[in-house]
Amino acid sequence: MLEYLFDALTPLNLLLALAGVVAGTVIGSLPGLTATMAVAVLVPITFTMPVTSALIMLGAIYTGAIYGGAYAAILLNTPGTPSAIATTFDGYPMAKRGDGDLAITLACIASVVGGLVGAFFLLVLAPPLAKVALAFGPSEYFWLALFGLTLIAALSTGNLIKGLMGGCFGLLLASVGSAAVSGDIRFTFGSTTMIGGIETVSALIGLYCIPVLIDLVAVSGQHLTITGEQRGYRLKEALAISWKSKFNLARSSVIGTFVGILPGAGGSIAGLVAYNEARRAARDSSKFGHGAPEGVQATESANNATVGGGFVPTLVLGIPGTPPDAVILGALLVHGLRIGPDMFNSEGSIVYTFIFGLIIATLLMLPAGLIIGRYAYKSIITVPKALLVPTVAFMTLIGAYSIRNSVSDVFIMLVLGGLSWILNRFGFSPSPIVLGLILGSIAEEGFVQSWTIGAATENLFGTFFGRPISMTIIAMIAMGMFYPLISKRIQLKRLQKETME
Amino acid sequence: MSYKSIQKLLVGSAITAALAFSGLAQADYPEKSVSYVIPFGPGGESDITARHQQPFFKKLFGQDLIISYKPGGGGAVGWSQLNTIKGDGYNMMGINLPHIIIKPLQKNVGFKTEDITGVYMFHYTPDAIVVREDSPFKTIEDLIAFAKKNPNKLLFSGSGKGTANHLAQVRFDEMTGIKSTYVAFKGTGKAVAALLGEQVLAEWGYTSVGAKHEGKVRMLAVATESRHPRFPDVPTFKELGYNLVSGAYRGIAVPKSTPEDIRIKISDAIKAINNDKEFRQRMENDGMVLLDVPYEKMDAFLDQKSEEYISAAKLADVIK
Repeated sequence: MLEYLFDALTPLNLLLALAGVVAGTVIGSLPGLTATMAVAVLVPITFTMPVTSALIMLGAIYTGAIYGGAYAAILLNTPGTPSAIATTFDGYPMAKRGDGDLAITLACIASVVGGLVGAFFLLVLAPPLAKVALAFGPSEYFWLALFGLTLIAALSTGNLIKGLMGGCFGLLLASVGSAAVSGDIRFTFGSTTMIGGIETVSALIGLYCIPVLIDLVAVSGQHLTITGEQRGYRLKEALAISWKSKFNLARSSVIGTFVGILPGAGGSIAGLVAYNEARRAARDSSKFGHGAPEGVQATESANNATVGGGFVPTLVLGIPGTPPDAVILGALLVHGLRIGPDMFNSEGSIVYTFIFGLIIATLLMLPAGLIIGRYAYKSIITVPKALLVPTVAFMTLIGAYSIRNSVSDVFIMLVLGGLSWILNRFGFSPSPIVLGLILGSIAEEGFVQSWTIGAATENLFGTFFGRPISMTIIAMIAMGMFYPLISKRIQLKRLQKETME
Repeated sequence: MSYKSIQKLLVGSAITAALAFSGLAQADYPEKSVSYVIPFGPGGESDITARHQQPFFKKLFGQDLIISYKPGGGGAVGWSQLNTIKGDGYNMMGINLPHIIIKPLQKNVGFKTEDITGVYMFHYTPDAIVVREDSPFKTIEDLIAFAKKNPNKLLFSGSGKGTANHLAQVRFDEMTGIKSTYVAFKGTGKAVAALLGEQVLAEWGYTSVGAKHEGKVRMLAVATESRHPRFPDVPTFKELGYNLVSGAYRGIAVPKSTPEDIRIKISDAIKAINNDKEFRQRMENDGMVLLDVPYEKMDAFLDQKSEEYISAAKLADVIK
């Protein structure tokens, strides 16, 4: 095993890992440029490299891009990649109160921890864990998506009706365009602009970033106010906070790894589920959504853990765990590599060297991420607004266009952005809409497939409710739905007890 | 230097110049890199086969083939914009069958089949029935016997609806008189996962599935004309008595405004790649079957395929 570590430590591989992490972080930080795209763009460069070096570089780009998504989420309230949606919930409030530097350092530490946990599971337990990916059938995905939707309740405390309305609007958006499974064209109103559906990333940019831009123009004063003098990286403070929430980091990383293993679930769901669990486990959950560091830590550790998790089905089964994995898998095929469970034995040198490379890249992310993060933070707070607004506005256009090289996506982004700004005035937040948009198609796919299977085998009830993993998720949904009621009861009882004493 | 030798030299250099010039005329296409748009996302089979072509294009013509993606609507977004691109020979787009035939018949998707100027079909990935390695089904007959005894209960996974997989299932059901159930998944990867995870009994997949997941799955039959060199032990549907030769056909189209002579040049270029021995080897290893339908034979080929696909799609209720 150790010899593979040394294989990974050659100067070339180290250089590629560092270059990959830096490139990935920068690309991921730009709204609209996702990890998938970062990897796809750099695939041709790897054709001239040895396979392991190519893999290490692609893995490093991937992991860097997932972390880079945190910058825009924290500083501009715009998830740079879908994985960073839940980072905006607490990251942006932190930045608003002047703790943006701290949030970025925390995100960096959390990403490194999550990345290491994911890579560790990949190293030690990949073949058995791949069975988890296969145990998830259509009905499990359906329930998992519903579980994700219950997060709307948690996200819209005091505003449940508005949250639900937003969620439904998101579900409606998800059904636009050609249907997930059947390929039917729906809700395009005869326009060819809508055939491709609402692309998640361009919707994210519109829903989150455009309102921020409009407000920047509408309100005088700097974008982020800094109180007191510059405090450097605030690394000591961040490390102390991280140590205090070590259980949160561990839990979120494990959640991230497992969600990453499920093909098609991805970093966004991992981040959201981890966020929800962190919130539920917290002693004082009222701080979540108002700048709780735990929220940023949970999301960022979980989404980086999906990198290692996603490589489990990719390398063991040849089934990509996440969209960037699909691109990496394609590159491996072009390199002439056969993927499969035997690869861990027959091609052990490639697989293990790659995993060690991924670990090294993740470790390199700590210094690289801190420095780039510091730079990103400084430039966002020092650049005058007259420069910041046009630059970000330009980026939103480029980002929305480049995701599918499509002008339609730019229009859709702008329309959703305007809508989001208006809805914000009326107390609607964009997050339930996004949740509906992302989870809607997963839920639909799972539902249609389960229904087809259930109807054919004349066991509709059993298909939906009779499978052990489905039952577990259903129990979790029930708990999630009734938790607010139960917790109120408990608090009330506690209060009564205290007053009695 | 004598007069004669000067003359010789002049004639000689004139010949060299003429040769060089004619060489230039031959090599006038491509003079710069060529854009190759894949109307699907990266990592799919359309992308991988284009990636296979990429280095050979460079090797044979000295110019880069630049691959980009325009996914959406199952390819419709890309194809609906094909004719808006400049037709100078430096822009081409991947095309897929049955997509370009079936999609426009389903609804207004912004393009019609006849709007697409195909210049070459370079391969197809044959349909195949795939089962798990440990499946009790050893032959196609086992599968048919099971389906006859248990109508609707033979569950197949497959990639998408109205796709090659789906239409093959419909045609096979009709040929054999069985009633099986087709569960559509989003992409081949998820359809394989459903097979391996025992959500379904079998998969209507591609030979590429058999190549990629060797050892975990078996193919009962493949929809090729003759046995695939990569799988000499797997029978074809044809030899088992079912006239099923089908799959996902891939080719290249150009914008309508591309001049006739350049269309032929592109057709020849793709042909040259197809003729490269190493390219053939790589494609066959992945389970593909190479195909040579040049520009002048495109119309006849599309007509023939349209007939097959449209009747199957009507049976499948994919089109009215």
